[in-house]
Amino acid sequence: MEGLQKETLKKVLNRIKGYWFYLAISLCLTVVTVICTLYLPILTGHAVDCMWDQGWVDFDRLKTLLVTMGWVIAATAASQWLLSLCNNRMTYFVVRDIRKEAFRKLEILPLKYTDSHSTGEIVSKVIADVDQFADGLLMGFTQLFTGVLTIFGTLFFMLSIHVGVALVVILITPVSLFVASFIAKKTFSLFRAQSQTRGEQTALIDEMIGNQKVVQAFSKEKDVEERFEEINERLEDCSLKAIFYSSITNPATRFVNSLVYTGVGITGAFAVLKGYLTVGQLTSFLSYANQYTKPFNEISGVVTELQNAIACAARIFELIEEEPQIPDGEDAVELSQVTGEVSLKDVCFSYVPDKKLIEHFNLDVKPGQRIAIVGPTGCGKTTLINLLMRFYDVDSGSIKVSDEDIRHITRKSLRSSYGMVLQETWLKSGTILDNIRMGRPEATLEEVEEAAKASHAHSFIKRLPEGYETVIGEDGGSLSQGQKQLLCIARVMLCLPPMLILDEATSSIDTRTELKIQNAFASMMKGRTSFIVAHRLSTIKEADVILVMKDGNIIEQGNHDELLDQGGFYADLYNSQFAS
Amino acid sequence: MKSLLKYLNEYKKESVLAPLFKMLEASFELFVPLVMAVLIDYGIGGSQFEGFDSYESYLDGHYGNMYIVLRMGLYLVILGVIGLICSITAQYFAAKAAVGFSKRLRQAMFSHIQKLSYEKLDQAGTSTLITRMTSDINQVQNGVNMFLRLFLRSPFIVVGAVIMAFYVDAKAALVFAVAIPLLSLVVFAIVFANIPLYRKVQDGLDKVLLSVRENLNGIRVIRAFHKEADEIEAFDKKNQELTRIQLFAGRVSALLNPVTYVIINIALVFLLNQSALRVDIGSLSQGEVVALVNYMAQILVELVKLANLIVTLTKALACAVRIQTVMELPEGMEEESDINTSSQNVQKIKENEESDECVKFDHVGFTYRGGKGEVLTEMDFSVKKGEIVGIIGGTGSGKSTLVQLIPRFYDVTRGEVLVDGRNVKDYEIDTLRKKIGIVPQKAALFKGTIRDNLLFGDPDGAEETLWEALETAQAKEFVEKKEGGLDAEVEQGGRNFSGGQKQRLCIARALVRRPEILILDDSSSALDYATDAALRTALKGLSYRPTVWIVSQRTASIQHADKIVVLDDGEIAGMGTHDELLASCKVYQEIYDSQYQEGGR
Repeated sequence: MEGLQKETLKKVLNRIKGYWFYLAISLCLTVVTVICTLYLPILTGHAVDCMWDQGWVDFDRLKTLLVTMGWVIAATAASQWLLSLCNNRMTYFVVRDIRKEAFRKLEILPLKYTDSHSTGEIVSKVIADVDQFADGLLMGFTQLFTGVLTIFGTLFFMLSIHVGVALVVILITPVSLFVASFIAKKTFSLFRAQSQTRGEQTALIDEMIGNQKVVQAFSKEKDVEERFEEINERLEDCSLKAIFYSSITNPATRFVNSLVYTGVGITGAFAVLKGYLTVGQLTSFLSYANQYTKPFNEISGVVTELQNAIACAARIFELIEEEPQIPDGEDAVELSQVTGEVSLKDVCFSYVPDKKLIEHFNLDVKPGQRIAIVGPTGCGKTTLINLLMRFYDVDSGSIKVSDEDIRHITRKSLRSSYGMVLQETWLKSGTILDNIRMGRPEATLEEVEEAAKASHAHSFIKRLPEGYETVIGEDGGSLSQGQKQLLCIARVMLCLPPMLILDEATSSIDTRTELKIQNAFASMMKGRTSFIVAHRLSTIKEADVILVMKDGNIIEQGNHDELLDQGGFYADLYNSQFAS
Repeated sequence: MKSLLKYLNEYKKESVLAPLFKMLEASFELFVPLVMAVLIDYGIGGSQFEGFDSYESYLDGHYGNMYIVLRMGLYLVILGVIGLICSITAQYFAAKAAVGFSKRLRQAMFSHIQKLSYEKLDQAGTSTLITRMTSDINQVQNGVNMFLRLFLRSPFIVVGAVIMAFYVDAKAALVFAVAIPLLSLVVFAIVFANIPLYRKVQDGLDKVLLSVRENLNGIRVIRAFHKEADEIEAFDKKNQELTRIQLFAGRVSALLNPVTYVIINIALVFLLNQSALRVDIGSLSQGEVVALVNYMAQILVELVKLANLIVTLTKALACAVRIQTVMELPEGMEEESDINTSSQNVQKIKENEESDECVKFDHVGFTYRGGKGEVLTEMDFSVKKGEIVGIIGGTGSGKSTLVQLIPRFYDVTRGEVLVDGRNVKDYEIDTLRKKIGIVPQKAALFKGTIRDNLLFGDPDGAEETLWEALETAQAKEFVEKKEGGLDAEVEQGGRNFSGGQKQRLCIARALVRRPEILILDDSSSALDYATDAALRTALKGLSYRPTVWIVSQRTASIQHADKIVVLDDGEIAGMGTHDELLASCKVYQEIYDSQYQEGGR
């Protein structure tokens, strides 16, 4: 754990390095600020010493002192301000860079990573963790340096005024640290109990509000409220304990602080009586005593904050340092003349090493052929698409497009020669127009409308408040699943790439609309190699080759009539759907 | 914000006591400089301390002074102890009030959400409701806690310090009277300038978050369309914009500390200057000067705290506003207050109970709020008790919306929906919904056991009833095979069951309550043909003869229904039995053909 912290800290420092200029200025300004801040009480003390008693006031000296104070105040304020500007800049720039880095990583991460991590988890790394890290870093910059320097500066000034009194301060102060850490240890378990209960409550909220409509449909509101109340009561209990016990820290350290103050008062007074100290110097001492414990409290706060920040940073770096997909080779070719010939040779693939999925898979697709893939859930249909698009790389064997191994083709040119419609529709937040134009940003409005008409999306788009300019929210917002799928089809119809992949492309569309789209699909597929995955056998009857997959292997291969005649798995599947 | 404060009412005592004890603590703190002044003036300086004349008489010079030093030291410690006790008491009351407040608020908000209509739920969105119930409420709790602890204390100390300063020496203290108002003005100006900036930072963060989420969810499409470079560019823009606002907001708030520092210390310079004059004419002692200086220092410390507190409060206020907007969503459906009292009504009900009309749509039209046109137009038909009704139509034709009007999840915008001859608006919502068992499109199960989930339909359901329901729903077999049977664990969202199993359990859940009306909203889509057919047969054979509504895209699922309603773009395109429709309704023919054309019939 220690090692990880150090490692992370090093990485953070590496990223700050680019801003060494700000860092240097920041350090200088901290020194100036601290010295000025500490010098002021001394000047105040001297000033107090100038007014001994009635008629015994040294006005000349006082005047110079006050003028000096004015300058010191001005200098402190100026350097304080510049310091925070500097720290702000440094922090926000570093954080911006880290976010940038993380996002760039997202775009080149293998899908293996994103498929196996939940979106929420990754998002919280890039957003929440980075934000926490920024807070911690900023606090660290502003308070840690200042705190440490203040402690040493104060010590120096106090020792230079009077060693004995200074010792009192030095000896009593650690008590406050001790008290603070004692309380922190005690409250740790209370906080854990709190967050546990809170987690339990959030889970209930998530489940019930997520399914609010069902709850209401069964008039279960009262019951659910009761369950909520039970957890809520428990949460109140742990929260109160955690918050109360942790809030003792502040009064406790303040109490220690007042002990320091008293100690300085008493010993200082004796020192004055013995003539070792002037009243003015005692004044300076008293104000130091007030200031001295403050950085201690702050530092202990900052250290927790920094530890938290480092922990967050470690999580972000985990993401940033994740192994990226293998980059396109230097000699990777641009796929220019795509004939539509695809061949898979002896392909083996599995997501997890000890769970074999696709084994020794062979397939030759001639240009313009229509390949339908059918089979029960989990048979490897979608996996095949992952491999064709090179979302995943094969474990062994090869996939060739136009006689070129796809690992030697740039990803960009490979993927742009496929048009893909997936079962899980995804739309960007933005206008309908932008979404359809995704593959061809330069397309004119007429072309877009053309594509939308072909996919039968035009009529519902027209009915939206702003037509093609309607802005849709995150993930399609209020559009129905079927409408979203129509837009995804329009998107591909606009690009018309040489090869097509349709993975349950019409699963959410009603059969009548589907029938209409089929015509458009048919004309689109003409002369294009296409891979079609579907549950509905009616959509794939016209395929040139039907691959029946089971457990990662092709168990049957042929066209509809041939397979029906064979009377195998396909025939069973077909009859089970249409036997009535 | 004001209306949220009512949840603090229960904790009036705590909310008053917490700041009170804080003020008590503060007032003891205010004595400290005075005691120190006495210590310096009488302990160190030569001044006579009136209260100790008798001691003075037989204790010579230094020892007498020493006695005062120690005595004052003891006072300081006592002040510290009292301060500690007061402060801890205050922390306790503050924590109690804040935690209690948030508990009540959370409970109220949860109940409120329970009562929101479907329309409002659609409008608000699940994920915001969840964040508002969790992190926003936590922020507000934090705000209340800090508010109770500090909001009175800090101004009190500032004002108190000024008063004490005046008590020490009015003329010298005039400086305070000028400095403090000036300072408050500047501080508040900066803070208020900052509030909108903070909101902007939050908005910027939202945009960055959206970008990341979108890129994760759409990773396949983005890569398939090789949009990575564009996405990076778009992200960089948002990221840069966020940094820009953060820097700008930072620049403004960076002013806070230096400005406070300058004003207070310039005041200190004037104070020293003024004091010197007062000391010179003998109106002020050196110890008193030290006291004045100390008060000035106290004010500085408190003001810095206050500024930080205001930042916390700003955040809490922003969250409170977000909670407030949820709380202000009008609750559910209006229920008529005099539902069962009017004799005319009772009469009407009696009449209707005798009729066999179960559900009647009377010239119904429906428009979603903010929607452009009607989603449903001129729905006008009625269904008899015990009938099976099929609803079929294309994507977005309004099938689901139609059936959701029966349990009054939405209110019609035109015409009326009658259940047992009575307008659904005249029912108590509970009474109405108890008649109905609905199986939603999305098969949602809850964490717990299978039994828990079934009892959701009817908490008093007997073991026998549960098995009966499972049998009808074609779920008996797989439940029996599960380890533990009815007591088998259901994970969150039912993810340990297959799609088809989930659907069947949801159907069973609706059956447990032996509903008068059963609504299956496209809820057998994951069932294979044979199971679907068996389910339909079983539903027909139910002893209590519910009216069954089946919404489907498959003609096979509804072709044996007593009445089929064909919807097309929110209008009724045809109504009748399968054979009638096949002969007369073009839309129905098309749907049928699309599923059976060249099919294996």
